Amino acid sequence: MADRQTRRRDEGYGRLYRGSREGQWSWVLHRVTGVVVILFLFAHVLDTAVVGWGPAAYDRVVSIYKNPVVQFLEWILVAAVLYHAFNGVRIMIVDFWPRAARRHRELSYGTIGVFVAVMIWVSIVMLPRVFR
Amino acid sequence: MAVDTEPSSEQSGHRADSLGTPLPRGVAGRARPARGGEFWWWLFMRVSGIVLLFLAVGHVLIMHLGGSGVERVNFGFVATRWQSPLWRTWDWLLLSLAILHGINGLRVITLDYVRRPGVRLTINGFFTIVGLVLFALGTIVVVTFDPSKWPGVIK
Ligand code: HEM
Repeated sequence: MADRQTRRRDEGYGRLYRGSREGQWSWVLHRVTGVVVILFLFAHVLDTAVVGWGPAAYDRVVSIYKNPVVQFLEWILVAAVLYHAFNGVRIMIVDFWPRAARRHRELSYGTIGVFVAVMIWVSIVMLPRVFR
Repeated sequence: MAVDTEPSSEQSGHRADSLGTPLPRGVAGRARPARGGEFWWWLFMRVSGIVLLFLAVGHVLIMHLGGSGVERVNFGFVATRWQSPLWRTWDWLLLSLAILHGINGLRVITLDYVRRPGVRLTINGFFTIVGLVLFALGTIVVVTFDPSKWPGVIK
């Protein structure tokens, strides 16, 4: 692990974490999902705010979410939130419980395992709505 | 939100690169800054993360997975739901924490990729303003919403 850390880019910026191999991918995904969710949140605060303008306006805006293509994007959004949430828990376990840092690899695969298991259920619930 | 700071250059017991930026060892995310504002933001990301685990995941379970998901969401649904102070409080807390957590997250990312102080300040200033405006708008709507202006929508 230590030699991986020395193989980082050393231009001075773009320091791209560089933990273990598993940790690295988990970290990239954590970053990407965090950005995806905050960008969606910008739009979501606006569409929800329309509720203050009454039923006609609000029902028109939320009808967007009932389009199958948008419902597929919604499935991706749910996946992003859940991955970010589970991986966030892993980050905190490693931060606050030093002994867990020796089990990086197991924790990473464990997080992916939990995520995949939950996503199977999420897909069974959500995807039929897309292809209905 | 504090708009700009140099990347934390302290991390006792860890090796650092030529700019004093610590290399991650024994962590799965950002290395813990030793002190100062960056330490408090580091802690905030974790504390808000725990709260968001309940608020955001709960929100996803209820709104996207429960019942027929977003299919059932319309004005009447929101009006009925917001009859309860619990859901108004839940949604307002989720709004506040997600905006703070998300926008501070973007700021942390600029610390990694945007080295020129002016550019970084501009990007972070922009997102800070977006966050403040959306927080204000969301707060006004969730606090002042009054469905009795549209009689008959609540069954
Ligand atoms: C659902 C529960 C959540 C948990 C447990 C969680 C946890 C975390 C943690 C621990 C970090 C710090 C990572 C680090 O220091 O390396 C983080 C970063 C971040 N989070 Fe969350 N978060 C959650 C929800 C959200 C939401 C709803 C958003 C968007 C509104 C979001 C956006 C971000 C962003 C943009 C970052 C910065 C990523 C980076 O620095 O690489 N998170 N999250």
